[in-house]
Amino acid sequence: MLRARVKKRLKSFDLEFSLEIGAGEFVMLTGPSGSGKTTLLRILAGLERGEGVVEVDGQIWQDRSRFLPPQRRGVSFVFQDYALFPNMSVLQNLLYVQKDRSLAMELLEMVDLVEYQDRYPHTLSGGQKQRVALARAMMKRPRLMLLDEPLSALDPKSRSYLQGKIQELHEAFGVATLMVSHDIAEIYRLGERIFRMERGSLTPLGKNRLVQSQIYKAEVVDLVDGGILVGFMGGIYQIATQKSYRIGQIVDVRIEELALGV
Amino acid sequence: MIDWTPFWLSFKLAGVTTVILLLIGIPLAWWLSRTKTAIKPILETIVALPIVLPPTVIGFYILWALAPDSYLGSILHELFGIKLVFSFWGIVVGSVIYSLPFMVQPLQSGFESVPKSLYEASFIAGKGELETLVRVILPNIKGALATAVIITFAHTLGEFGVVLMVGGSIPGETKVASIAIYELVESLDFRRAHIYSLVMVAISFAILLAVYSIKRRDDAKS
Repeated sequence: MLRARVKKRLKSFDLEFSLEIGAGEFVMLTGPSGSGKTTLLRILAGLERGEGVVEVDGQIWQDRSRFLPPQRRGVSFVFQDYALFPNMSVLQNLLYVQKDRSLAMELLEMVDLVEYQDRYPHTLSGGQKQRVALARAMMKRPRLMLLDEPLSALDPKSRSYLQGKIQELHEAFGVATLMVSHDIAEIYRLGERIFRMERGSLTPLGKNRLVQSQIYKAEVVDLVDGGILVGFMGGIYQIATQKSYRIGQIVDVRIEELALGV
Repeated sequence: MIDWTPFWLSFKLAGVTTVILLLIGIPLAWWLSRTKTAIKPILETIVALPIVLPPTVIGFYILWALAPDSYLGSILHELFGIKLVFSFWGIVVGSVIYSLPFMVQPLQSGFESVPKSLYEASFIAGKGELETLVRVILPNIKGALATAVIITFAHTLGEFGVVLMVGGSIPGETKVASIAIYELVESLDFRRAHIYSLVMVAISFAILLAVYSIKRRDDAKS
């Protein structure tokens, strides 16, 4: 599906990567801030220039002689700051991309925002705004969806909910997806393959061996209001539960239950 | 008793200048806010020059450039039969140059205040620069747009030196309110000078009050 081989000189190091993403695949990109992850996404979207080749489904998006602008790439981009148009209602934000009312309503239904269609962005919460942005990104029926830390500004609860929504949209549209995230639970919950970026170079961490719905073991490290904190894969995650546990107990977890610890 | 013609002329001059400057200023400010050219500081300096230059300097150069025996002036005269000096359209040319920074600067900082991701979200949505400008950016900088229009209008109303140099004082053609007041004072007609001046103070006050009210409303929103 996507094949990219790109080089770009950054301030203190060179960004150099080759990346392939299969049709309908969900790839996660992680790594320290300032390592070039956002630049990689922006180059794929055509928002920034780099030397090299980007090819999607046999169509050249850029090579030595050609450079398709973002308008002509079948790509969507979800920004960390949502980037909703403040002068347009929720529905108008979607219709701006494509005047397809039935698709817009279908998407609003999927992200549970039908009753918010006439609201303006400044009246929405962060999680609601990002749901609008996700729905808007799908209006284009993109071939490639890029998400740049879309959930990092959200609280753990909306974050977990939004992860589910991203997964749903990804599956419903069968769109190849590349998402940047710092959160281990998020990475393992959504990613089929995982890459790590460090100082401009990309290391494959391989396939996600954790499988959704499968039961894993984790240790209870603390008890909190309405749930427990467990240690899992080197991170601390919260699980909502009404049952009582004690610290040190080994419990069964599924990765989709894990939310960011508080 | 009061001849309103100079006021009418001032308003006509300010209105025409503002409309022309909107047409020039929006694309220019847009381009300045998006360009990465190395000569951007030079261009911004040229745009800002009319703020610091004495109006007589601007007036002198315009007079020199547009005079019937000058290169540009003779072309305009011979090809189109237009004589710009000492005419209404001559003072419009002068005003456009004189008020340029008052249109361009608020618009440019308005464009620059819009988050980059909003431009990019629109490009990703498949829209070009023009559609992005009209449907996304301009509606989100209404405050800056209103400020630019009002300040440009007000600044042109208060113009004196450039108009005097380029247009002289032809009643009904180039004799705007500020020049009329100057002449009343020169002829020691203080009573009418007072009335004219008071009218100008009232108009200017109302215009600036509008600007600050818009600003306050905008601040309250964000």
